[in-house]
Amino acid sequence: MTFEIIAQAIVGGLLMGLIYALIAAGLSLIFGLMNIVNFAHGEHLMLSMFSSFWLWSLLGLDPLVSIPITILLMAFCGVLTHYLLIRYILKAKMLIQICATFGLSIFIRSLAQLLWTPDFRNVTEPLLEGRLEIANVFIGQPQLFAGLACLMGFALLYLFVTRTETGLALQATAQDRQAAEILGIPSNKMFALGWGIGLGCVGLAGGMMTNYFFIFTDVGVNFALFAFVAVALGGFGSIVGCLYAGIIIGLVESLGGLLIDPSFKLLYVFAIYLMVVIYKPQGLFGRY
Amino acid sequence: MGSVLDKARQEPLWNTNKKIVALLAALTVFLFGFPLFGPNAFYLHLMIMIFMYAVMSQSWNVIAGLSGQISLGHGVFFGIGAYTSSFLFVEYGVTPWIGIFIGIVFSAIVAVLIGIPMLRLSGHYFAIATLLIGISFQVVFQRWELVGAASGLWIPLTEGNSWSALQFHGSKVPYYYIFLAFFIVTYLLVWRLSISKIGFRLRAVRDDYQAASSLGINVARYKIIAYAISAMIMAPMGSLFAQYLLIVDPDRMFNLEISIMVLLMTVLGGIGNIWGPLIGVAILIPVSEYSRIYFGGTGGAVDLILYGLILMLICVFRPDGLISLFPKHILERARQR
Repeated sequence: MTFEIIAQAIVGGLLMGLIYALIAAGLSLIFGLMNIVNFAHGEHLMLSMFSSFWLWSLLGLDPLVSIPITILLMAFCGVLTHYLLIRYILKAKMLIQICATFGLSIFIRSLAQLLWTPDFRNVTEPLLEGRLEIANVFIGQPQLFAGLACLMGFALLYLFVTRTETGLALQATAQDRQAAEILGIPSNKMFALGWGIGLGCVGLAGGMMTNYFFIFTDVGVNFALFAFVAVALGGFGSIVGCLYAGIIIGLVESLGGLLIDPSFKLLYVFAIYLMVVIYKPQGLFGRY
Repeated sequence: MGSVLDKARQEPLWNTNKKIVALLAALTVFLFGFPLFGPNAFYLHLMIMIFMYAVMSQSWNVIAGLSGQISLGHGVFFGIGAYTSSFLFVEYGVTPWIGIFIGIVFSAIVAVLIGIPMLRLSGHYFAIATLLIGISFQVVFQRWELVGAASGLWIPLTEGNSWSALQFHGSKVPYYYIFLAFFIVTYLLVWRLSISKIGFRLRAVRDDYQAASSLGINVARYKIIAYAISAMIMAPMGSLFAQYLLIVDPDRMFNLEISIMVLLMTVLGGIGNIWGPLIGVAILIPVSEYSRIYFGGTGGAVDLILYGLILMLICVFRPDGLISLFPKHILERARQR
């Protein structure tokens, strides 16, 4: 085992981690806002990849070009999810909330399977192709740009939440729904906005991943699991925590796969989850 | 506490209304006599699946309804039961009857091991952990050579029917009675549990864990007990299903669909009510089996689309399940909580 191989694994893990981080940020935003975990998050990621894929295969739009469309589509999907389902279960017991979003995940995944079959698809000849070589370490260009795009998305999300009036209103709703309502912040609209932004993040991650990842109906399952772990690791509701957590998970996954056995990647990540929830249930960067 | 308990124990399991008693008696006679009418294999299979899922959903009902924790990977205990009894029979020739009980013990141990770290946590963390556990078990069993990895275990066939090897070729009637017996025993035990001291403490923990803990109830311990009991109910169904199919493989025994089904059936019927799972099962199993006939190979996907949709609709419109449609005076007596 040479230094190059380890460096390669670290770079790969880092770039993957950025993607996990952005997906987790969407999840965390929704969770922090309304205390609902979106168990259909992986399926939303799958939808975003398919939308990017269909835009390419039917309209000939390169995944890179169609990124804004994918983000908008997913944001719309998020708002729709809020108005059609989440709105009705806001006051329900946690058990019912979990079952409802779990039901949504089953519904979306099976419908996709029926419509598009479980085949694996991929985009051929995207604009982003090839790889760079830096000091004997190869970096795939699509992966690199996906990682950078996620980082940028993260920065925008952070600036939006902390520096704009709407973002502050979002935070206020997250902290105290009733107090925010008294100040004239409509919580229902804020929730819809949260869902829109949360799934918009997923749209960006999914759209960038379409460049180099296989697209199939179960693709979201593992990503969603990793996003759950990242949210727990970063501290529920903490957006910055997600960034660190995503990177940690990416590194553990890729280094564990390299040093131990690649077929048990899920178990290493699961082990982190166990350790965090047992020893530091507030997460590594949690506010609580 | 004593007087409340005594009062609750005096409450009969069913309504003392004569019509309901007569209905239940007729149902029991019908269930025992059903195979005597010589129904074809499909109807026997349908009934066997109903009994099996009735027990499995009740298992989920114990952890979700009684202790208020959501398990999204409950199929794990089904798989453990199936693998334990089959492995012991294939490797050491241990009769499945003993295998079933070893499977129960195993799954209880696994439940306690999972429960000790996980059940100290609040709902979301636990639900996510069970989802991860469900998938991890499948991954591990797909690669574990000792238990046949991805191809699984094939239970060697006996010549002719054998009660000791729990194999019946040519007729499903013995399976029917075995599943029926497990079904009745499980429901009686869960009813007894729900009016026992443990049952009351579990509900106290579910409804307000802070109040419960201030009364001196060890919250974490009772959650673990509920989880272990729930696992012990699930495991024998895995063992029996393995004997019914005579094949055990990770994709079938650790299928996520099992976890989805037990959740859906209980939520559909009514969480926290002993009859809830039965109502859900009686509706969904026929739907599932018939859709498998009509849609053929794609039946799985159509099934699941429907399940997802039903689950969302129930959560939005009838979070207490279909059982809440029954008149109040019947529920008053039949309720579990």
